[in-house]
Amino acid sequence: MSALPKPVAEPSATPPPQRGAAARLRRFVAGARLEWRRAPYTVRLSVSALLVFYLFAAASPIIAPYDPTQQYRNLPDCPPMRLHLAPPSQWSHGFFFAYPMTMTDAMARRFAEDRTRRTWVRLFHRGHLFTTDLPADPYFMLGSENLGRDLFSRIVYGARVSMCIGLVGVFISFSLGILVGAFSGLMGGMTDNLIMRWCEIEMSLPSFYFLLALAAVIPSGMSTVATFFMIVAIMAFISWAGFARVIRGMAAAVRSAPYVEAGRALGASRTRLLILHVIPTVLGFAAVNASLSIPGYILGESSLSLLGLGIQEPAASWGNLLSQAMDPQNIEHYPWVLIPGIFISLAVMAFNFLGDYLRDRLDPSNLN
Amino acid sequence: MARFLIRRIIIMIPLMLGITFISFIAMSLVPGNFITNLALDPHISPQVIKQMEAEFGLDQPLMVRYARWLWQVVHLNFGVSLAYRVNVTSLIASRAVNTVLLSLASVIFSWALAIPIGVIVAMRQNSALDRGLSFFSFLGMSVPAFFLAFLAMDFALWSGVFPVGGSFSPDYAALDAWSKVADRINHLILPTLVLGVSGVASLMRLMRSQILELKNSEFVRTARAKGLPERTVIYKHVLRNALNPFVTMAGYGLADLLGGAALVESVMNLQGLGLLLLNAVRSLDVPLVMGSVLMGTILLLLGNLLADIALVAVDPRVDFSTLASQ
Repeated sequence: MSALPKPVAEPSATPPPQRGAAARLRRFVAGARLEWRRAPYTVRLSVSALLVFYLFAAASPIIAPYDPTQQYRNLPDCPPMRLHLAPPSQWSHGFFFAYPMTMTDAMARRFAEDRTRRTWVRLFHRGHLFTTDLPADPYFMLGSENLGRDLFSRIVYGARVSMCIGLVGVFISFSLGILVGAFSGLMGGMTDNLIMRWCEIEMSLPSFYFLLALAAVIPSGMSTVATFFMIVAIMAFISWAGFARVIRGMAAAVRSAPYVEAGRALGASRTRLLILHVIPTVLGFAAVNASLSIPGYILGESSLSLLGLGIQEPAASWGNLLSQAMDPQNIEHYPWVLIPGIFISLAVMAFNFLGDYLRDRLDPSNLN
Repeated sequence: MARFLIRRIIIMIPLMLGITFISFIAMSLVPGNFITNLALDPHISPQVIKQMEAEFGLDQPLMVRYARWLWQVVHLNFGVSLAYRVNVTSLIASRAVNTVLLSLASVIFSWALAIPIGVIVAMRQNSALDRGLSFFSFLGMSVPAFFLAFLAMDFALWSGVFPVGGSFSPDYAALDAWSKVADRINHLILPTLVLGVSGVASLMRLMRSQILELKNSEFVRTARAKGLPERTVIYKHVLRNALNPFVTMAGYGLADLLGGAALVESVMNLQGLGLLLLNAVRSLDVPLVMGSVLMGTILLLLGNLLADIALVAVDPRVDFSTLASQ
């Protein structure tokens, strides 16, 4: 009697999913690496730029070489300094140095390098990524502004306002839009009609004019944090409606979907239907929309601050740093005052690239 | 059409009430008022201050002030600007012309450039030209208008070809009629370019995706099967259909255009509605702020209305009854 051959387990292409937090983390990392590899280089660059900017915001005291409010009164409107690599024989002093600047013409604010002395730029020194010794002359990587404050340090601290305003603003308008939109779509009828009419009213506001008029409310003596939240609140108030309308359309579409019907037949309450059935359906779309609306917040804040209605001195935001460029004479003589504008453009561009890619990536019609 | 117009105008009324009321509350929440700055001046006696407060009605409670303002507006009287001491209506009318001119010029500029570029790029999908221009369109959409305005001012200063900001030359009043027009146009060129760049960028992308979507549709295949030359297929069949969303966009893009114009006006010192509003907000000139906000809203709603009418004109599938039922 020949024994039946033992059934051999089919070698499966994918091992069964492992359980546990570590395995889940490993899968997440693997998935992220795959996503990273298939993303085009523009998206990779955008993500990297955004990571750097958020690192600026999170670790500003470490990344900024100086206190953003420290004024070097003898060095106003000083041009960016060139960094030199020291010859190996002097590496006991440090690797990099710059020639300190001295003012040659106080009226025109002209500066010349003092070649006789050296300012050593030390890495990982005194709790900063790079900085100079305190009594020595400062090293201005991107120049200084009209009060002699280090522009790079101010940009790093300004990232806190400029990069966070989008996240906070989107969070507010996102939650408001999803809640109101999903509720309205699920309810239908008169409630739906009223809510949507109100949204249309908000959408046809001349938003920037309205923003200007409302920004007048912000008293100039308010703290930076309070001003920040006032601006976010005003902008979120203006922008949640458009979002709610789109979500409402999606919610109205799933209202009669079989799985929502089934939930209703099983006696689920409206709240339960809303939270468990409707909101998860619209979440993916909402995420894409959110990342595409962040640039609007960044631009709104910088416009207001640029016009002197937003974040006030001495606090820094990329918008109010750029306000020095309002005088064309400043651009001509001190072109580095435009640098904060480059940071704004880069951040906006990165969000645009990312949002556009996410939209295509999450669109079920081009899964391949 | 009449029913549609009436309906739209009725919808505008609560909108205007809402916007003006919120703006009014916002302005009254600001500590102090227009007089507060004057009161700091030792040359002005407290009696005069009291008298002025009574004259402007600033000593009244909020609701009374709003009701009074509204009553004036119903009689088409927007009051007198506190700072300029001029009738708000005439002040706004003279400035709104500049804003409308700038917005129109930049719309024409961006359409004239975006439509042909969009068609060309879509015809050569995935070519080097397509990739290069699509990168530039991202760049154009991302660089803020105010940053471009700075660059334009610097360019004007450096080249000396264009005037550095302003809406007209200092000797404008002395010029003859044709020189006046030429002077205005000369001052409009740079702001139009600045404001139009983002429009070119975004409309070009829209045009491209529209054409790509329509290129493979049934009616285009029919046109080709009939043996029409490729030119006719593109220009008569594809392009016409691709233009529909542009008309809608023109209406809804108007809010951004007005906002962008306000910023460009402030940076380039153009005598438009945006700069007027900014200065009014800074000096707490309530009648002027209210007038400008109302004027901006009216411009926007009028633009949306015109866009809807234009859509009916170009798209036979849309008529006023479908628009009214939306």
